[in-house]
Amino acid sequence: MWKLLQIEVFKIFKRPRTYIAFIAIWAIVTLIQVAIYADGAKYMDFVLRDVRESFDIIGRPLNGYFVCFVILQTLLIHVPLLVALVSADMIAGEANMGTLRLLITKPISRTKLLLSKFLASSVYVLLLLVWIAVTGLFLSMAIFGTDGLINAKSYEIIIINGNDVFWRYLLAFCFAALALITVAALGFFFSIFAENSLGPIVATMSVVIVFTILTTLDIPLFQSMKHFFFTSHMIAWKGFFEMKTDAEGIAIPGTIRNLPAILKSAGVLLLHIVLLVGGAITIFNRKDVLS
Amino acid sequence: MQTIIRVNHLSKTFGDFTAVNDLSFSVQEGNVYGFLGQNGAGKSTTIRMLLTLIRPTAGEIELFGYNLYSHRKEILRNIGAVIERPDLYKYLSGFENLSLFAKMSGVHLKRSQLMDQLELVGIANRSADKVKTYSQGMKQRLGLAIALVHNPQLIVLDEPTNGLDPQGIADMRNLILMLSRKMKKTVFVSSHLLSEVEQVANRMLIIDKGKKLVEGTVADLFAPDETIVHIKTVDTQSCRLVLAESSYGERIQEVHANELTVKIRREEVPELTAFLVGKNVPVLGIAARHSLEDYFLKITSSNQHVEAFTN
Repeated sequence: MWKLLQIEVFKIFKRPRTYIAFIAIWAIVTLIQVAIYADGAKYMDFVLRDVRESFDIIGRPLNGYFVCFVILQTLLIHVPLLVALVSADMIAGEANMGTLRLLITKPISRTKLLLSKFLASSVYVLLLLVWIAVTGLFLSMAIFGTDGLINAKSYEIIIINGNDVFWRYLLAFCFAALALITVAALGFFFSIFAENSLGPIVATMSVVIVFTILTTLDIPLFQSMKHFFFTSHMIAWKGFFEMKTDAEGIAIPGTIRNLPAILKSAGVLLLHIVLLVGGAITIFNRKDVLS
Repeated sequence: MQTIIRVNHLSKTFGDFTAVNDLSFSVQEGNVYGFLGQNGAGKSTTIRMLLTLIRPTAGEIELFGYNLYSHRKEILRNIGAVIERPDLYKYLSGFENLSLFAKMSGVHLKRSQLMDQLELVGIANRSADKVKTYSQGMKQRLGLAIALVHNPQLIVLDEPTNGLDPQGIADMRNLILMLSRKMKKTVFVSSHLLSEVEQVANRMLIIDKGKKLVEGTVADLFAPDETIVHIKTVDTQSCRLVLAESSYGERIQEVHANELTVKIRREEVPELTAFLVGKNVPVLGIAARHSLEDYFLKITSSNQHVEAFTN
């Protein structure tokens, strides 16, 4: 299995299209960093326009943690589309090239073959997140320095101490990995039905886009349905940047406000992964390979 | 001698279409077994079932004495295959493709051993180039190197000369003969060209519409007294009379406007030619063809007519 995984990862990183996502992420992150570096003060004034009237902001609200938060909010909506480029190509791409026939005539079970391919696309997702962490978090920390993180929402503002932020990012990245692997599993599932990677890539992107739109629309019908969409659970990483409060409403450092809700979302995503990959293996094991 | 392939009452249907219909045959160790049929006869479907790409609707397949589906892994470890055109990873080099498939076949060879394989099929000098720069013939050779890299006992080749130029076809033929004679491999080779298979196979099976038509050794099927001689002449009547008065009289098969056919032994063809010339028969041409070839062409062309009519 380890050998198979090595082979699949080798194949992924030998394809030029794999690097599109890395280049796109680097470009978006750099643009955000340059824009904030050049015009960050105005942006912070806009974000804190309501707060400044009531509070004095001490320290540097415009710091690396804040920049990374902006980057993650922007990227984690679009990165699933980049993940689909690779995961939805895993089987359909092989069928399109004709190499799937050759792979199946090798003394490896179809289950192992599929698992190795899925794990390889998960490795790709993890490396993509490491890349986001390097460019979006560590580089921003180096450029803008570190201080407390201001998480401004429409109904509240959360200020997290600088020494209480980094571990939250680590957990948020771990959760994002789970969310993106769910998208990879969806692309992978569609991939077994097609002989051309375009169909599963478009199908995966469409599902992610439609579900995301339905999740964000404030229409009661969709609001009641949104718990069934995996996309509404994908954004639970933001929960790591919310804190519990004591009886007087003072935030307690080192706490997460609604950990059970985050764990539930993680469980839902994990269930999706198991069902999608399990379904793909079951169907593929019975499938006649004609292409 | 071990039975390498045993197929019993094999069938495969796709919806209402029956691709393979109650097919049975066996292949003995060391044979080059020709599997013939026109395009769409069911050859590729049968081969795909032998390689577990497709599940049969009915019937049994045994390879090396074991049931294919209960011993899949052990059996596939002993098979090397080139299925139709060899589709490979175009963005990888020839060497990388070979190395990758060797690992997937469960063998771990040194660089020099892999290069030896590429040397064997004559593409060692292009090993570092991406496969997308290879010609069809080179891809076919690399496909064969991949099929051989784990030293399998059985080689399955599905239409191995498709898309090759005459030199490529001759090279492939020599490679098949080398595999059989020098490397003592059992080779199962499919083709829609009888002339191609007869040059390499010692046994052959002809199928049509998924059904077995004939099977036997090439020597039996190409029996020496089964040669059909087509005599083209401007005077069919005098030619027929001359032949009727000779020992060839009983062997006249058909008489047409400008052509007669006679069934004789292959070595009698020069003698018949000399006889007709000696009797001043105005012969335009003589063509000798084996009856199996006629039979094969007949079933091929008749089906093509049906297809053309249907279309």
